[in-house]
Amino acid sequence: MPIEPFRNPTLAIEASGLVKAFGEVRAVDGVDLAVPAGGVYGFLGPNGAGKTTAIRTLATLLRPDGGEARVFGHDIVREPDAVRSRVSLTGQFASVDEELTGAENLVLLGRLLGFSRGQARERAGELLDAFGLAEAGDRLVKTYSGGMQRRLDIAASIIATPELIFLDEPTTGLDPRSRNQVWEIVRALVAQGTTVLLTTQYLDEADRLADRIAVIDHGRIIAEGTSRELKASVGSGAVHVRLNDPEQRPEAQRLLTQALGVPVHLESDPVAVSARVGDAAETVAHALAELARAGVAVTDFSLGQPSLDEVFLALTGHPADDTSTADSVDDNDEEDAA
Amino acid sequence: MTTTTIEPTMDAVPEATLRSALSSRARPVRASALSASLSFGWRAALKIKHVPMQLFDVTMFPIMFVLLYTYLFGGALAGSPSEYLQDLLPGVLVMTVAWITMYTGQALNTDISKGIFDRFRSLPIWRPAVLVGMLLADAARYTMASVVIVTVGVALGFRPDGGPVGVVLAVALLLVFAFSLSWVWTAVGLLAPTPEAVLQMAMTILFPLTFASNVFVDPKTMPGWVQAFVNVNPISHLATAARGLMHGNAVAGDIAWVLAWCAALVAVFAPITMRLYAKER
Ligand SMILES: Nc1ncnc2c1ncn2[C@@H]1O[C@H](COP(=O)(O)OP(=O)(O)O)[C@@H](O)[C@H]1O
Ligand SMILES: [Mg+2]
Repeated sequence: MPIEPFRNPTLAIEASGLVKAFGEVRAVDGVDLAVPAGGVYGFLGPNGAGKTTAIRTLATLLRPDGGEARVFGHDIVREPDAVRSRVSLTGQFASVDEELTGAENLVLLGRLLGFSRGQARERAGELLDAFGLAEAGDRLVKTYSGGMQRRLDIAASIIATPELIFLDEPTTGLDPRSRNQVWEIVRALVAQGTTVLLTTQYLDEADRLADRIAVIDHGRIIAEGTSRELKASVGSGAVHVRLNDPEQRPEAQRLLTQALGVPVHLESDPVAVSARVGDAAETVAHALAELARAGVAVTDFSLGQPSLDEVFLALTGHPADDTSTADSVDDNDEEDAA
Repeated sequence: MTTTTIEPTMDAVPEATLRSALSSRARPVRASALSASLSFGWRAALKIKHVPMQLFDVTMFPIMFVLLYTYLFGGALAGSPSEYLQDLLPGVLVMTVAWITMYTGQALNTDISKGIFDRFRSLPIWRPAVLVGMLLADAARYTMASVVIVTVGVALGFRPDGGPVGVVLAVALLLVFAFSLSWVWTAVGLLAPTPEAVLQMAMTILFPLTFASNVFVDPKTMPGWVQAFVNVNPISHLATAARGLMHGNAVAGDIAWVLAWCAALVAVFAPITMRLYAKER
């Protein structure tokens, strides 16, 4: 049970000026980090931003070309073994052996970590149970669904409880249900005291899971803070309105523009409009009353801080990867609240 | 051919089970180099268990070789198949095992392209264990191929004068050589872009090595420059040594030559392999 004390008990990762280049490409280009121990830290950025390279460097799989980093006080270049025995990495692509069964994968890794054969078997059984894979334990991994492979992958990373776990895009490509399962696991890990560093292209995922977020673009951290701080830095909130009838959208746009006194955007969803507003709830209430009076039926509306999508746009001047934005924001806003 | 995947629900798992599985516990002490290597050997054995067809190259391939060479060339080269077999069989054994060493490189190359290799590399274990474990499992495959070939040979009329002890010694020497030669393919496996490229490169080396040797015919009929190559070729020395051990007339010089070649191969290619292995990708 006892976890040995860290050199700096409050920081899981410290980095300054970290650089990793592949030829001409500076995939990580001068990153400073101070990741507190405990909780979830999110790297948010579009494809090619340098997220994978950054965590592979921190997990000692790549050698930095500049700067330095410490994991729980251990230098990633000078003390790689000390780092390796405290962290584990679940890569972006399945890092389990498809030609073995789920149970065999876990037993193999348990043995490699130094467990006796009996202990390794016991631990494998325990993890398969906990991750809902008990039934599938004796099947070859190549017959698993994407969600099952991901869970096995994470299970494989925590056979010996790591103090810090890197999860590289743990939910990319998963259906909403599997994604929720992974989120559950992440929350359970944190509850047990493990620090989680996860990367994601999904804005809502970072928003929901991460205590602190670093927004990464072109190998640099362009913003860092809690989700609330990031949103506040963009300045204003937003109102989103969904209509019953798409035919009424031009009308709604006109009425809202008038009532709110700001430009109203038509969203890609044909029944949705949105606008940036200050925190003036009253103005918004008034605007909605105007819609009701004009006979424009509203099915749903929300008033809140800007989405991380908007934050990204405001910070970088370009939207985050289009496809990822589309399916991350829509999916399951409601079902998760339950 | 369709496989239905039934997704087990996680919702059914009680919170407590998840929490207790995740709760931190003392880390085990680091696995020893031997234990880590054996674990990787176990991994290779499991793969064979799941896909036994993988053993085709160490069973059918050698049988075909012995049958083809004995009956195609036996009469022409040595007067009769059974006479030829006494000389040929140790040679075919050497040649077959030399050829199947190249699959080591292919398997390694395939492995690297998968995420599992990153996981192995990020474990706090003795670094060469992955490779050593793989080579250990391959030694078992080579042994199996040797047993198959000798058995088929005996069925066809091969009668080693050195008896079982001679045969075992010859196979042991062959295993040492195969283990040493495998380091060449692990280096190639780490360098080559694809598994196919590994096999192509390996064949380019193995064809001249096995055919420009004394495995099939006495080099006396060959032109001088070919003879010069045949005489330094490790496969020739190994074939001569294996014949000697099996028939009870081994010459220490040949065995020494083989062992010297083994030492040289490991001394050169094991460090190259380890350097390539540690290199990031
Ligand atoms: N092994 C590599 N060799 C060359 N370039 C690479 C390599 N890995 C990543 N890159 C480049 O580095 C940049 C960052 O990639 P990556 O870290 O994978 O981003 P992300 O994980 O955020 O999608 C990209 O431009 C990518 O093409
Ligand atoms: Mg990535």
